[in-house]
Amino acid sequence: MKEKLQKIKEEATAAINDVNADLEQIRIKYLGKKGELTSVLRGMGQLSAEERPIVGQIANEVRAYIEEQLASLVEKQKAAATAKKLAAEKIDVTVPGTASSVGKLHPLTKIQREMENIFLNMGFTIAEGPEVEYDYYNFQALNIPENHPARDTQDTFYISDNVLLRSQTSPVQVRTMEKQAPPIRVISPGRVYRSDAVDATHSPLFHQLEGLVVDKGITMGDLKGTLALFAQTMFGSETKIRFRPHHFPFTEPSAEVDVSCFVCGGKGCRLCKGEGWIEILGAGMVHPEVLRNCNIDPDEYSGFAFGMGIERIAMLSYKIDDMRMLYENDIRFLSQF
Amino acid sequence: MNLPMKWLSDFTDVSDIDIKSYCDRMTATGSKVEGYEILASDIENVVVGRILSTEKHPDADKLTVTKTDVGGDAPIQVITAATNIFPGAVVPVALVGAKLPGGVNIKKGKLRGLDSEGMFCSIAELSLTTHDMPDAIENGILILGEEYGDKIGCDIKDVLMLNDTVVEFEITSNRPDCLSVIGLARETAISFDRGYSIPEPEVKPLSDGDNVENYIKVDIEAPELCRRYSAAVVKNVKIAPSPLWLRMRLRAAGVRPINNIVDITNYVMLEYGQPMHAFDYKCLDGAHIIVREAAEGENFKSLDDIDHVLKSGMLVISDEKKAVALAGVMGGANSEITDSTATVVFESANFKGAEVRVAAKSLGMRTESSSRFEKGMDPEITMKALKRACELVQLLGAGDVVDGTIDVYPNKKQLTKLPLDVDKINNFLGVNLSGDYMAKVLTDLGCAVENGEIAVPSWRDDLGCMNDIAEEIIRIYGYDTIEATRFKSSLSAGGRTEKQQFTVDLSELLCGMGASEIQTFSFISPKYYDKMAMAENDVRRNSVVIANPLGEDTSIMRTTGIPSMLEILSRNSNYGNEAVSLFEFASVYTPREKYDDESENIHNLSGVLPKETVKIMLGSYGTGDFYTVKGMIENILSFCGIEKAVYAAKSDDPTFHPGRCASVSLSDGTAIGIFGELHPAAAENYGFSKKVYIAEIDYETIFANRNTKKQYTPLPKFPAMTRDFSFVCDESLEVGTIEDAMLKSGVKMLEDIKLFDIYRGHQLGDGKKSVSFKITLRAADRTLTDDEADSAVKKILSYLEKTLGITLRA
Repeated sequence: MKEKLQKIKEEATAAINDVNADLEQIRIKYLGKKGELTSVLRGMGQLSAEERPIVGQIANEVRAYIEEQLASLVEKQKAAATAKKLAAEKIDVTVPGTASSVGKLHPLTKIQREMENIFLNMGFTIAEGPEVEYDYYNFQALNIPENHPARDTQDTFYISDNVLLRSQTSPVQVRTMEKQAPPIRVISPGRVYRSDAVDATHSPLFHQLEGLVVDKGITMGDLKGTLALFAQTMFGSETKIRFRPHHFPFTEPSAEVDVSCFVCGGKGCRLCKGEGWIEILGAGMVHPEVLRNCNIDPDEYSGFAFGMGIERIAMLSYKIDDMRMLYENDIRFLSQF
Repeated sequence: MNLPMKWLSDFTDVSDIDIKSYCDRMTATGSKVEGYEILASDIENVVVGRILSTEKHPDADKLTVTKTDVGGDAPIQVITAATNIFPGAVVPVALVGAKLPGGVNIKKGKLRGLDSEGMFCSIAELSLTTHDMPDAIENGILILGEEYGDKIGCDIKDVLMLNDTVVEFEITSNRPDCLSVIGLARETAISFDRGYSIPEPEVKPLSDGDNVENYIKVDIEAPELCRRYSAAVVKNVKIAPSPLWLRMRLRAAGVRPINNIVDITNYVMLEYGQPMHAFDYKCLDGAHIIVREAAEGENFKSLDDIDHVLKSGMLVISDEKKAVALAGVMGGANSEITDSTATVVFESANFKGAEVRVAAKSLGMRTESSSRFEKGMDPEITMKALKRACELVQLLGAGDVVDGTIDVYPNKKQLTKLPLDVDKINNFLGVNLSGDYMAKVLTDLGCAVENGEIAVPSWRDDLGCMNDIAEEIIRIYGYDTIEATRFKSSLSAGGRTEKQQFTVDLSELLCGMGASEIQTFSFISPKYYDKMAMAENDVRRNSVVIANPLGEDTSIMRTTGIPSMLEILSRNSNYGNEAVSLFEFASVYTPREKYDDESENIHNLSGVLPKETVKIMLGSYGTGDFYTVKGMIENILSFCGIEKAVYAAKSDDPTFHPGRCASVSLSDGTAIGIFGELHPAAAENYGFSKKVYIAEIDYETIFANRNTKKQYTPLPKFPAMTRDFSFVCDESLEVGTIEDAMLKSGVKMLEDIKLFDIYRGHQLGDGKKSVSFKITLRAADRTLTDDEADSAVKKILSYLEKTLGITLRA
């Protein structure tokens, strides 16, 4: 009997070691009701009382051994099957993704919002006004009477003798001052129109962002501080600004404002044409006549105003060399931003 | 304004300052330098030579071999093809190694076997013209006169006074005084803290008993337009070219030399800023100058030979019969200086800017003179300029200056007086400068400062208030010295208004749906309305018209965003972009007869501004179909919290496909917009090969009706049941009608209806379709039983059968 059991154990082990073995058949063959081990156990009755427990123990050990072997093989086969399945499911991860398409904001909108947010965070609000505007608001209230030579620098589209397409967003400042008593802290971004033929740096329609602060005790130093803060937020914390005297009829003193080149940091490069500085702003202290035109007493209040072209800043920021690209709206261009 | 530095040195000395530093400092103090040019820097190693001998080239008929003295130890051999040379001629010689304009380098060369060690130059080769060198010929070597015979070997740039540096200034309209060498000398002197002097012109009396009063008298009939008229007479005039130094100064300043008299007027204008005019005395009828307004329709031929018809209000200089000049703009052809002019009348007058500007502009003849007058000239300088002109006449020997001058100056200019409030200026600028410093700057600028009062010089009309004075002080002290500060102001809620934020949010939503934003011009061509197939009688054709457009393409303000969108879609299509989805917040402009609210008309100005509103435009091709656009609109309205929008088929808008267009409106009927497929006829106008979908949504309407305040709804506690069913119905029955009917069937537990299929097939028969829905039923307080669900469905079905006559598909 012992030899028989030993033989069963060896045979079963051999069968189980075959990876492709049919486990159920092996189980039935050795452990089933009519299985070999079972039949050995059935023959136990013929054994002597002394032999019986010994053989019984061996038989149980063989059974446990076979069961254990079978269980381990089941695990192995399962793992193999899983591995095979996963291997078959391998995909090419370099195939491009299939995300739903996302649109882009126009680069002018992106830059405008970026600029707006800087001032909004300083406590400014956004003022708006008509694009088709009275000559009064666009010029006269801003200290540019009829037949003033300053009108030459802003070739204007007229609708009628006293209605025009605003050539600057400054009329919004006048309207704001008419409606609101100081303190005033607004920006006015928007479309403006000048009779310039389209080329790489000109467009008959473009966008400006102007700002206006009016309160008691506003100084030219405050103008500098505000613009420096803007420039540093917009172009980087190392950015410096430079004021150069200039003339605008609606501010006095007036300045053209340069920022240190944000590409070369002021050393001189292609973008700044070797100057180290880039002109981006016009600014100044609000002319007392403009304040008076809006019923604000210049002896009590002072203020500053500034303005810049959004196209210019977008072009500098994105290194766009032709303004026409902004209005072509080619999707291959738009999708770059 | 081009400033030749040599001319500047007549008045102030800046020879110790390099040109770059000069330009930087001038810009920093307010005279913006656009750039500078070192004249004749492209000419090198060209000297004066004398041709000693000429011989025919042994092997070339057209060449001449010369021996030429160029100041060296021995003459050099120069071979030339020029024919106007002769032994003894003094000529410019470009030596070996010389550089000439246009990048020409002179090398030692052989011409038909013989060495040539240089080249003779023509005027063109030195970038000169016959205006600069009136005795020279165009095609041939520049023959210099015998007066240059002692300059052999000298650099031609020195000899011909070509050496100069010209600084180009951008002078702003408030500083007409700086449109002159003297004005810039003043600015230069104060910028570099040094002196300057303007010599008083000296005219030697002729003392022949003759007097200007024997020639003309002057009357100003329009004193409000002509503040001062000064005049002098020159007799025995000899019209000739000006001397080299004067021609070269004009040339450097960018003015073409003409003849001595005309050059003098230009020279004085550049030096003093005062426009001058010279009349031929014999052409003045009645020896009488009258400054008067033109008669309406008066004819006038300007000296550039153009005929003009004048309007009343324009100022003319007239004799007793005719206008001889358009005041401050241009002289007349009838009194022009010619080679036969024997007696000249110099005019140095002051005309009012605005009227000069209007006249020059309306006649299309802006001149150097008019652009100065229109900015406001100083009436105090007319006599100085006149005397300078007379001094130059004597210096040039151009004629005899008749003793005496005429000076009609009815109202002498009063100087502006302003207080010097040191504290106010310091506080305003944010600096701390002493009163003494301020007074020094102002004094250097020509002001008289006394007892805290500033007398503004006559040439500075731009100084009229404290701000102006503050600017003068700080631009000299340095804008860069102002310390950047943060203004103190009470805390206020900055940020966007709800509407401004709504735009930001909507644009992000649209991007999230795959649409990219475009920005287009607000002005369009009226033809674009035809192109988009707008009906002839459509009110939107009534647009705001630009009176002076750049061209027809940008001549009216759009009343709809559709044409702009279609142009951009068509451009993208032409570029071969296969699929695009775009949006725009398009501003549109609607003319109106009168204000809705009269309070808008703040200043009671005549003319009515149009209504400006925004349309949300969607446009696409290659990205889906009608229902893709509709889905975007549903998303927009859902974002706005507008739940019950009504979509209705619209077949009468010629821009859209009559069977694939819908209007969308609020449940109360207020229109929100329109969308659909572009009509094939319009699509053809744009050359589209793909189906194009567009939508125009009224921004104001959805903003006004938004409900964006969100409130939490508890999630259902009990499960839902769903039931699917299909109906067969006529093609014409709209899904929306079936859905409406289900909602009206009175089944409270009906939570949701979803269309999931529309099927058409021959087994259904022509004109029939099968429509399949999934409905969701739920009760808030219990789990529904199958029986409850079944009876609800039954109720819905019987209602549909009763109202629409449709039954379940067999």
